Amino acid sequence: MGLKFDWEKNKEKIHELELFIEENKNKKGALMPVLHKAQDIFGYLPLEVQNIISEGLSVPLSEVYGVATFYSKFSLIPKGEYTIGVCLGTACYVKGSQEILDKVQEILNIQVGETTADGKFSLQATRCLGACGLAPVMVINDEVYGRLTPDAVEGILEKYK
Amino acid sequence: MNLYRAHVLVCGGTGCHSSNSDKIKEKMEDRIKEKGLENEVKVVMTGCFGLCESGPNVVVYPEGVFYSHVKLSDVDEIVDEHLLKGRVVKRLLFKEAVEENIIKSVNEVDFYKKQTRVALRNCGIIDPENIEEYIAYDGYQALARALTEMTRDEVIQLVKDSGLRGRGGAGFPTGLKWDFTKKASGDKKYVVCNADEGDPGAFMDRSILEGDPHSVLEAMTIAGYAVGSDQGYIYIRAEYPIAVKRLQIAINQAREYGLLGENILNSGFNFDIELRLGAGAFVCGEETALIESIEGKRGMPRNKPPFPANEGLWGKPTLINNVETYANIPVIFQRGVDWFRSIGTEKSPGTKVFALGGKIENTGLVEIPMGTTLRDIIYGIGGGIPKGKDFKAVQTGGPSGGCIPKEYLDTPVDYESLTKLGSIMGSGGMIVMDEDNCMVDIARFFLDFTVDESCGKCTACRIGTRRMLEILEKITSGKGEPGDIEKLEELANNIKDSALCGLGQTAPNPVVSTLKYFRDEYEAHVYEKRCPSGHCRRLVTFVIREDLCKGCGLCKRNCPNDAITGEVREAHVIDPEKCIKCGTCIEKCPFGAIEKR
Repeated sequence: MGLKFDWEKNKEKIHELELFIEENKNKKGALMPVLHKAQDIFGYLPLEVQNIISEGLSVPLSEVYGVATFYSKFSLIPKGEYTIGVCLGTACYVKGSQEILDKVQEILNIQVGETTADGKFSLQATRCLGACGLAPVMVINDEVYGRLTPDAVEGILEKYK
Repeated sequence: MNLYRAHVLVCGGTGCHSSNSDKIKEKMEDRIKEKGLENEVKVVMTGCFGLCESGPNVVVYPEGVFYSHVKLSDVDEIVDEHLLKGRVVKRLLFKEAVEENIIKSVNEVDFYKKQTRVALRNCGIIDPENIEEYIAYDGYQALARALTEMTRDEVIQLVKDSGLRGRGGAGFPTGLKWDFTKKASGDKKYVVCNADEGDPGAFMDRSILEGDPHSVLEAMTIAGYAVGSDQGYIYIRAEYPIAVKRLQIAINQAREYGLLGENILNSGFNFDIELRLGAGAFVCGEETALIESIEGKRGMPRNKPPFPANEGLWGKPTLINNVETYANIPVIFQRGVDWFRSIGTEKSPGTKVFALGGKIENTGLVEIPMGTTLRDIIYGIGGGIPKGKDFKAVQTGGPSGGCIPKEYLDTPVDYESLTKLGSIMGSGGMIVMDEDNCMVDIARFFLDFTVDESCGKCTACRIGTRRMLEILEKITSGKGEPGDIEKLEELANNIKDSALCGLGQTAPNPVVSTLKYFRDEYEAHVYEKRCPSGHCRRLVTFVIREDLCKGCGLCKRNCPNDAITGEVREAHVIDPEKCIKCGTCIEKCPFGAIEKR
């Protein structure tokens, strides 16, 4: 996958991030909010972006990297166009969400944490989404699919292909 | 102000929101306008009603008519029939809201009748995005009283007298925590709200924040006054976007009304609150890890002591309570200590909110007085197990808790009783399991979670839990050996004794409790290579029952590995050598002729 960071193409995004860093750099504990913002803007946190944050906040790059890799919400690789999250919270698990996840993996031929070769889908196993009344649950971007059976998975994914 | 003859409350909790309740509200408003009723009927989007199973939920007041499973296409009918012509749409009523043709109001339904709503008092009733509705329900009166009539010591004494204990899990007396923080010396102090609800399958705190955010802000401000702090932080999961949005709206409104900021209610007291978002780390629910995370570091727990009350956020004295604990505070001030102590038990006064989920009819949020039995919660309020299956166990406390079997269903729920059974109260997740759930696999599931979420700081948790998981995976895949169970026990004890923080010390609980009550299931896996509940695929064989098979051939056609043979209209057979145990045949068989043995 083309992981090279394109400075020219990302010019506006970088500017937006730098503005945010400027506004927040005197705030105590600013690193987390800045990482959130960067993740929102770029969709992931490449080394180049971590460098900008490190310099802007005067925090060592090693620390930025340490924090970025600690939390599961932050990603160092780009996500697919659609992020699929299959809930593996307890309520969904006891109602069979593992089978839903297996089915998605089988159809897309990727494992959890991976992105399909065409950059279309990323797959995540999420913890409780709080929609336990609909268990088992799967989320594609912001769309929630509840009361799933393994049979229903293919038809849902088809909509996004 | 306009007086409306009817109010339509649409549930805007995450569960109902996921089934388009926001669009239902919009459509309802449009239709009401079309019919010229906009000055007579008001539509309000509230927080969670609690009965997520039947969502999206809609209640029409003043009658309290309770509609469930409402679809977008049902909206016109509700407006035209009910709101315009006054005829209740019976087909949309919640299933238990009709009895022999008598329509019960929402409060009469068993699910609600048996609850006592203290922390959830405003959830599903007020519009959480409108501070005036909270104020109309006596909101901010407790703060006014504390600031204008009470000294800081009196505030702390009142919280102590109420006997309120931390609702986040361990049940530490809240008043004592406030007192320690007040007495600690420091030029700056902080008040923190732990809203990092990480227990998978628990969503009490989220519902409070979504449904009644001001109650938490009010309580934090009172706490700030009592301990001498001017800055509060709410650390909330980023996975709760609706709660984050409503909290931010609430904070802005409170600032506008002078209930946050400088010189609150002319008392000379300053206090403000800032939101901080988590980023998907379960361990950050541990208070010292949470503090590290607010400071912008990896969320790794610190050694205790010093406790946060003495050295917390940025080394300053810090009071940290969870959402539900705070939500109890304003109402204790309003209605008094005696009222609060009249609910619940001697040692655990008040109520507890549980997120009821898993194999249960009424999935949702329930708030019950402490001391209610598990049976009352699961069968009385929860409506029992679906599909006539047998109850096997209830899991409380999430990854730090344990499984409680049938024999103890009559145990009254409080901090001590659950601990005695080898589980914990925890934050309030309550997952029901039936005969189809394998207890060894459930233990494996929780260990998998802990391994994933272990922060890696201490060896006991980082390596110990992984070794436990490996043994459990071995057992559930049919490779268990004699001695494995004993090894699990030894590891569990060592981790409990030596892990640094609460996450690690309690990580073995799911294994210890299932070993205590369901040892026979472990033994069946290890010695007989058999999974009694038929869940662990590698330990079951798929068999077609000759007496039930009609020879339709559906299974044969759908089998991905051509493992099924047989002539039309004759009983088919599965070749165990070829069968990959995918379960497709069971799904396809119209006669229920295929069994797992």
